[in-house]
Amino acid sequence: MLTAALSFQPVADWFAGMWDTIADGFTRTFIRHENYKLFIEGFGNTLFIAVAACLLGCVIGVLVAVAKVYNAQTGRLRPLNALLNVYLAVFRGTPILVQLLILYYIVFKSVDNALLVAIIGFGINSGAYVAEVVRAGIMAIDPGQTEAGRSLGLSAGVTMRKIILPQAFKNILPALGNEFIALLKETSVAGFITVVDLTRAGDLIRAQTMDPYFSLFFVAGVYLVLVLGLTWILGRVERRLRRSDRR
Amino acid sequence: MIAVKNLTKSFGDNQVLRGIDYTVEKGEKIVIVGPSGSGKSTFLRCLNLLEQPTGGEVWFEGTQINVRKVDIDKVRWKMGMVFQHFNLFPHLTVLQNITIAPVQTGKLTKEKAKEKAMDLLARVGLQDRADTYPAMLSGGQKQRIAIVRALAMEPDVMLFDEPTSALDPEMVGEVLEVIRELADQGMTMVIVTHEMGFAREVATKVLFMDEGKILEEAPPAEFFANPKNPRLQDFLSKVL
Repeated sequence: MLTAALSFQPVADWFAGMWDTIADGFTRTFIRHENYKLFIEGFGNTLFIAVAACLLGCVIGVLVAVAKVYNAQTGRLRPLNALLNVYLAVFRGTPILVQLLILYYIVFKSVDNALLVAIIGFGINSGAYVAEVVRAGIMAIDPGQTEAGRSLGLSAGVTMRKIILPQAFKNILPALGNEFIALLKETSVAGFITVVDLTRAGDLIRAQTMDPYFSLFFVAGVYLVLVLGLTWILGRVERRLRRSDRR
Repeated sequence: MIAVKNLTKSFGDNQVLRGIDYTVEKGEKIVIVGPSGSGKSTFLRCLNLLEQPTGGEVWFEGTQINVRKVDIDKVRWKMGMVFQHFNLFPHLTVLQNITIAPVQTGKLTKEKAKEKAMDLLARVGLQDRADTYPAMLSGGQKQRIAIVRALAMEPDVMLFDEPTSALDPEMVGEVLEVIRELADQGMTMVIVTHEMGFAREVATKVLFMDEGKILEEAPPAEFFANPKNPRLQDFLSKVL
């Protein structure tokens, strides 16, 4: 018995030492200086930017897509269409980080709310991608659907809102999900315009504790959980929308 | 009721309608036949301006409708249309398919529209399908629903664009039966079809179109027994 206990002693010591290191790292990263508050603030900002920018992006994306489709069908919005093409080219053609910096330091120089600028920046950027996804979705719907709606005396607007968009939305949901996942992760560059988002919070704490492991892996884990949660929600929505399909 | 004057329609360089003059009177059942590519469907689709005519006039109930100031949506309330491929809205239940137009246009309240839809469904024997989605219906059922959907707006005229051409043969009968009943009730109708037997039976007048023109018009008995235009004689010899 005694010899067995002796021979395990170094291993036990090693575990004890390891445990102390972990406990110490945990304390320094999360407890000391009430760092957890910084994480919570960062998490809140990341979520807020992502959700608000997603909504803004959807509104912009749908409006742009509908305008472009309307122009393609009737040729009545040519100047606006040209403008929208410039918008799509610019915001899909330059890095989001550069767009954010330009918005923060030039366009909204007088606005002292980095969070708001971030939401606008990510929203406009996301809108460009959503617009093309929605446009593809609308164009994939049989023209007979529009004809049926219009032949019943529904206006072009009601036909679009009640007949075309709901069907298009169902088909493009996976692509939109991709876009939202990308958007959520892209918000990690918001720190460059002074927003304390989840990534910036983790990085600040890494610098403060001189311990990269806890803060960075924790941040990565939180993003992963968020994306997995989002994926789950999207899957549920998709199943709900598939109700009208054959069994 | 519907009148067209010198109606022309081109798609690019392709002239599909080459000057059509015709008047449909109230209560008439006009059946249009002709080879494919003759412009029958385009003609029908010009009547409710699903196709914008290139030239000429389209009149409906005393008003010229192919001018900018006319609210075409309101005109279409009075002109039901049934399509070859049904074009039911797959994301809506049968009931919602029927009620969407009366409700969205403010013609009926939700409750009234539902009541009316159930009445109409009962007339075509599909009241038990009100809450299913179109994907679960047969072609014949879909087309009967499509007819009911158009009727829910209480139109003055019904336009049928090859209503049985996409159906399996055994389902043609049930759809024609519904159209026939509608005809018996006095509905004004314009029907593009390949069903010659049906044309003979229901039509007050049959038109033969080829190459964008109406080449012959006659009551069905005369149309089939005594065709005058050589192209119609040739056409009938192939299809009868």
